[in-house]
Amino acid sequence: MSHQRLINRKPSRALAAFLGALPFLMLFFVYQWGSDLRRQENPKDKLLPAFTEIGTAMNELALQPSARTGEYLFWQDTGSSLRRLSIGMGVAAALGLVLGLAIGALPLVGAPLSPLVTAISLIPPMAILPILFILFGLDELSKIMLIVIGVAPILIRDLCQRTKELPREQLVKAQTLGANSWQVIVRVLLPQITPRLLDAVRLSLGTAWLFLIAAEAIASSDGLGYRIFLVRRYMAMDVILPYVAWITLLAFCTDWLLLKLNQRLYPWYYANR
Amino acid sequence: MSLEKPLIHFRRVGKEYGSTVVLENINTRVKAGEFVTLVGTSGCGKSTFLKMLLGTEQPSSGSALFDGQPLAQEPGPDRGIVFQKYSVFPHLSVRDNVLVGLEFARSPWLGRLFGGARQTALAEVDHWLEAVGLTRASHQYPHELSGGMQQRLAIAQALIKRPRVLLLDEPFGALDPGIRKDMHQLLLKLWQEYQLTVFMVTHDLTEGFYLGTRLWVFDKTRHDTQAPERFGSTITFDLPLEKTGRSDLVAVESSLDESRRLAPAA
Repeated sequence: MSHQRLINRKPSRALAAFLGALPFLMLFFVYQWGSDLRRQENPKDKLLPAFTEIGTAMNELALQPSARTGEYLFWQDTGSSLRRLSIGMGVAAALGLVLGLAIGALPLVGAPLSPLVTAISLIPPMAILPILFILFGLDELSKIMLIVIGVAPILIRDLCQRTKELPREQLVKAQTLGANSWQVIVRVLLPQITPRLLDAVRLSLGTAWLFLIAAEAIASSDGLGYRIFLVRRYMAMDVILPYVAWITLLAFCTDWLLLKLNQRLYPWYYANR
Repeated sequence: MSLEKPLIHFRRVGKEYGSTVVLENINTRVKAGEFVTLVGTSGCGKSTFLKMLLGTEQPSSGSALFDGQPLAQEPGPDRGIVFQKYSVFPHLSVRDNVLVGLEFARSPWLGRLFGGARQTALAEVDHWLEAVGLTRASHQYPHELSGGMQQRLAIAQALIKRPRVLLLDEPFGALDPGIRKDMHQLLLKLWQEYQLTVFMVTHDLTEGFYLGTRLWVFDKTRHDTQAPERFGSTITFDLPLEKTGRSDLVAVESSLDESRRLAPAA
């Protein structure tokens, strides 16, 4: 038995893995137990469906073509949602990189744009969703615009801050090496801001999902958010629960992939922290 | 004083921030090829002096000439700099860190060289990496280098531009004593070989005496205990070091101790 203080005692790798998995296992068993209890009282209970029911419902959505349209609804929903999310995030990231860098690097660009970006970032995006529907119609564009408007200002402000945080010594050094403003931006600032952009995108993905689901819930004809809000009318927890789990898994995988991509592309970025 | 035109000529130069006077009445001439070391207590304005040469600070009064022209208002390739840290680019390999100085000059839009132009430039880069003893590390990144090697890289980076003056702002302050000795040898070798003009700020008096051909002490000549910001520092000792001995070091040390005692606790 060790006599270390509690703050110095660390679990071994195996123990840490077990402890990490434990809450998930417990949730699983608590759910199953609750589901069994309720179904003993009422075999038609909808609130906590058994895993077999969830399996049947998902089999129908994911593996059987829809009787009405001939599409595999689950995969169609996933495809539509991921397309909207990636286009929206892509546009927001491009805006964040270009504007964040320009505002952070050039005081003459920052002076007029910085207060405007701050003001825009304070508008609750959901409050202007009706305006987006009026301006861009009920199609794809308004859903993508909601993600862009919700995420881009955060990214711009964050990247502007990251640009300003780079040591001033590097800017001075580049100038003594003969760099002009453009060269400082493309060879000193841009390459050092790119890994920070990927970090910022990872952090704002949760926000992007929020706006995506909201837009799909209000006006859409497919998508993961649309399906969840559609089947809510029938209290179809056997569809809602797996859809939520699926969205969580997708979010986790995107985050992990972006992290690995960043580590692969910019090893020096992780070494310096 | 020789008739040769001075490279740097300061006449009654002063620097103040609002009501705080940092430097006052700086009068000096420096010829090409001198190795000037700048010493003084912290906050004495020696770094401010270096920043005026560098172009990140401007004099508030007086005339400061560089090769007969007023000092530039921003840093430029005729004045190289090595800081204590953050001098090298973390996202570039050792070779690219040195190459980038040539790329800035030869590729205005992309800031990058390709093919034959790159090969020619790399030959030049490798010469400077050899001069500072970094040939074997050419493909490593700065985070893989020791502090001393990073400073070697920063020196090579600056020298490939063949600057008129090399400015060093406490370049070895963060290094171990042994490594520091190696860096001193390297710097003296480069200074002789390439006939550099060097300004080096240091807080280590012995280092200043050992390296320089000329040592400046920045200190206040007037003190106001009620309002310490009213008077700035100036160059109180300007020692040609070839002819000085141990007694000067002792004199400077006791003078600095005296002004530390007079200055209000910082």
